[in-house]
Amino acid sequence: MITVSNIKKSFGRLQVLDDISFKVDKGGIIAILGPNGSGKTTFLKILLGMVIADGGKILYQEKDISKSHEYRKHIGYLPQIARFPDNLKVREVIHMIADVRNEPSNPEDLIKLFGLESFLDKNLGNLSGGTRQKVNIVLTFMFDTPVIVLDEPTAGLDPVSLIKLKDLINKAKAAGKIILITSHIMSLVEELADEVIFLLEGNIYFKGTPQELKSRTGSEDLEHAIAAILES
Amino acid sequence: MIKIFKYSFSDLMRSRWSFIYLGFYMLLGFVLLFLNNDLSKGIITLMNVIVVLTPMIGTIFGVMYFYNSREFTELLLAQPVKRSVIFLGQYLGISISLAMSLIIGLGIPFLVYGVFRSGEIFNFLLLLIAGGFLTFIFVAISVCIALFNANKIKGFGYAILMWLFFAVIYDGLVLLSMMVFADYPLDDFALLVSFLNPIDLSRIMILLKLDISALLGYTGALFQRFFGTNLGFVMSWLMLVIWTCVPVLLMVRIANKKNF
Amino acid sequence: MRAERKVCQDCEYSNPVQAVKEALPGDTILVAAGSYKCPGLEITKPLVLIGELGATLDGDNQNYVLRLLADSIVISGFSIINSGKSYTKDFAAIYAHGTSGVQILYNHIDNSFFGILVEKSNGGVIRGNTVSGTARQENQAGNGVHLWHCNHMQIENNEVFGMRDGIYLEFVDESDAIKNYTHHNVRYGLHFMFSNHDAYIDNTFESNGAGVAVMFSKWIRMENNRFINNWGTASYGLLLKEIYDGEVLNNLFEQNTLGIYVDGSSRVNYKGNTLRQNGWAIKVSGGCYTNAFTSNNFIGNSFDISYNSKMNDNTFNGNFWSEYTGYDLDRDGNGDVPYRPVKLFSYIVNRTPETIVLLRSLFVDLINFSEKVSPAFTPDDLVDQTPSMKKFQ
Repeated sequence: MITVSNIKKSFGRLQVLDDISFKVDKGGIIAILGPNGSGKTTFLKILLGMVIADGGKILYQEKDISKSHEYRKHIGYLPQIARFPDNLKVREVIHMIADVRNEPSNPEDLIKLFGLESFLDKNLGNLSGGTRQKVNIVLTFMFDTPVIVLDEPTAGLDPVSLIKLKDLINKAKAAGKIILITSHIMSLVEELADEVIFLLEGNIYFKGTPQELKSRTGSEDLEHAIAAILES
Repeated sequence: MIKIFKYSFSDLMRSRWSFIYLGFYMLLGFVLLFLNNDLSKGIITLMNVIVVLTPMIGTIFGVMYFYNSREFTELLLAQPVKRSVIFLGQYLGISISLAMSLIIGLGIPFLVYGVFRSGEIFNFLLLLIAGGFLTFIFVAISVCIALFNANKIKGFGYAILMWLFFAVIYDGLVLLSMMVFADYPLDDFALLVSFLNPIDLSRIMILLKLDISALLGYTGALFQRFFGTNLGFVMSWLMLVIWTCVPVLLMVRIANKKNF
Repeated sequence: MRAERKVCQDCEYSNPVQAVKEALPGDTILVAAGSYKCPGLEITKPLVLIGELGATLDGDNQNYVLRLLADSIVISGFSIINSGKSYTKDFAAIYAHGTSGVQILYNHIDNSFFGILVEKSNGGVIRGNTVSGTARQENQAGNGVHLWHCNHMQIENNEVFGMRDGIYLEFVDESDAIKNYTHHNVRYGLHFMFSNHDAYIDNTFESNGAGVAVMFSKWIRMENNRFINNWGTASYGLLLKEIYDGEVLNNLFEQNTLGIYVDGSSRVNYKGNTLRQNGWAIKVSGGCYTNAFTSNNFIGNSFDISYNSKMNDNTFNGNFWSEYTGYDLDRDGNGDVPYRPVKLFSYIVNRTPETIVLLRSLFVDLINFSEKVSPAFTPDDLVDQTPSMKKFQ
């Protein structure tokens, strides 16, 4: 469904992505890992069309994504930093995104799930980081999209909400969706991911199951496996 | 695009700056008319204010809104919407809300003082249309500047400099070069330079309608020949349209290539 | 015994030529309605010619129509048309030479080269005539009323349009032009040369090619006239060139490219005039000394005063300036801050006329302001020390 071939991107003299190619053709959870500044977020933004690649292309359902914006209908995106217009109310931003996308949405269950009812009429500028992240999650999961992109979804979440988020992700996986996720919390990745793509110095250093990564580095868990790669 | 426009517009209409701007024009209109009690004189003074102020407000608002709405923009970018639509929608949101503040703010006092019952109605409309054009032009240019500069302070500085250039420095350079080359025929040069600056172009178009006699003095012949004819009239409005379209197209081009 | 002779189709005379020929001095000739061809009709004795309504004297496009060569002739109520046109001779509908006490009254003159041409005469009256033409260029027509070497003449209530100059006076002394209306003439509404001790009062000069020119004359009184709408590249309401000891009182100058153009004129008083919405209200050039401008209204002009030099020997006190922004704390009716009517920009425009395109731009306001604070290019003693707070009625 998603074919990434030879993606390159540099910002000024800094080469962020050198030559990224991979293919995803069935549902599942793919974790994109890598040290800070390895280009995880940049890659996700290229996938979403927010950053324009210097070279290479990405095909979604065999179509080049740079040609049309229509494919974004199929992607739910949770940005790393939840930023919203300050003077909009939670209710308005949910309504607005639904309106702009012009697709059926189901925010009510999610609002209830994360206990956001009492915040609906508050301005986004006045919310705490965690609450904003919850709003962010609602906006991402309220559409029924075949692809979900989650950039550090756990930031600022309390343990209860974290469990709810994991449930959501697993449900999405069960529905056969493709979920791309970046996270620094390895336990989460280990628990969820079907496949790991490890980015290092702008290239894919490793692509495979978490199990393979562990056995290749001879580590007991993913955290140590990553540490072993970075130290070698 | 209508949707993006709708959200930007309602967002701006709720911001207190729109009201301050509207209130300012209303106050200006009433004070001018109260002091002069003469519509035509009020319009001349108003022209001075409009050709300087609407570009300035457009510039400041354009840059400010663009930087402040970065979050909104990023939120939209991940949605299945064309980039050009996002930016055009927001651009129209700013420009139209500013133009409306201008038209309502000045319209009310002049209506109260009976502009519709006087012969000045066309001059007044000309003034509002010129002010509207200047708003659209300068918002577009300032959004371009903001798109070019990720750094807020830098972008703001450049935008103000841009306004200063068109409002003051340009005329200074024109005056200087005219005085230096006083021995050469300057008619065509004068016509050319007034076309290359939207502020000057609007000023001259309004002036020719308002106190034409002085302009007809010496070089006036050329201006009358040109602006007085239908060709000149159409050309000068066309030029204002070009002045609006070029920065807007540039804005869309930059936006399409920019990384967020 | 003064006789009355009638001219009509079936009267004693069927043509005024015959009547004039046979009339005795002092006779009155009554001309009934009808068109009479009489090119070059010469009148050499004092006669009274009265045209009834519709009596038309036709010059047949040759020669003068009437030539008045004796004293005390009266020509009244005629319609006079078709004088000859020539580039060497000044053919006129009514021509008078060397006369005294001639009266030219209530005639309509049309399609003639000159209208009324009077030479070397005195004590005449030209009243209530209309002279019209269709001239578009200066060489297509002569002047409406043209006086040369005359004195003690009265020119009243005439209307002239479509000619070269409306009224032209050269070497005319002790004469008055009153309540005339000249408009849409190709050159000047009124043209005055080498004439002294004259007055023109209550006239209206509108939309003429270059306004009114008064040149090389002394002791002229100009009062209550209206100078309106004289637009064009070299146009003005009133040009005063080499005028001494004149009075310009209570006139109205409205919407002229230049209101008053003062060139080399001295000891002229300007009082009670209203200058409204002119490009330049007053432009001063050449050596102009001890002129006094008092109690005038300057309203909505693009430039109030323009000087081409830094020297000033004229006074501008107690005028009303609509651009004045000062205050009157002591409530004596005069502003407490002096007003500087000459802007730096008007000086620049004088030197480089094309810079006018920058009129009313912010940059120009800025340099005007800085010049106001410390005058460097404009006459620093050119100030109105007592600008009036209120418009003079």
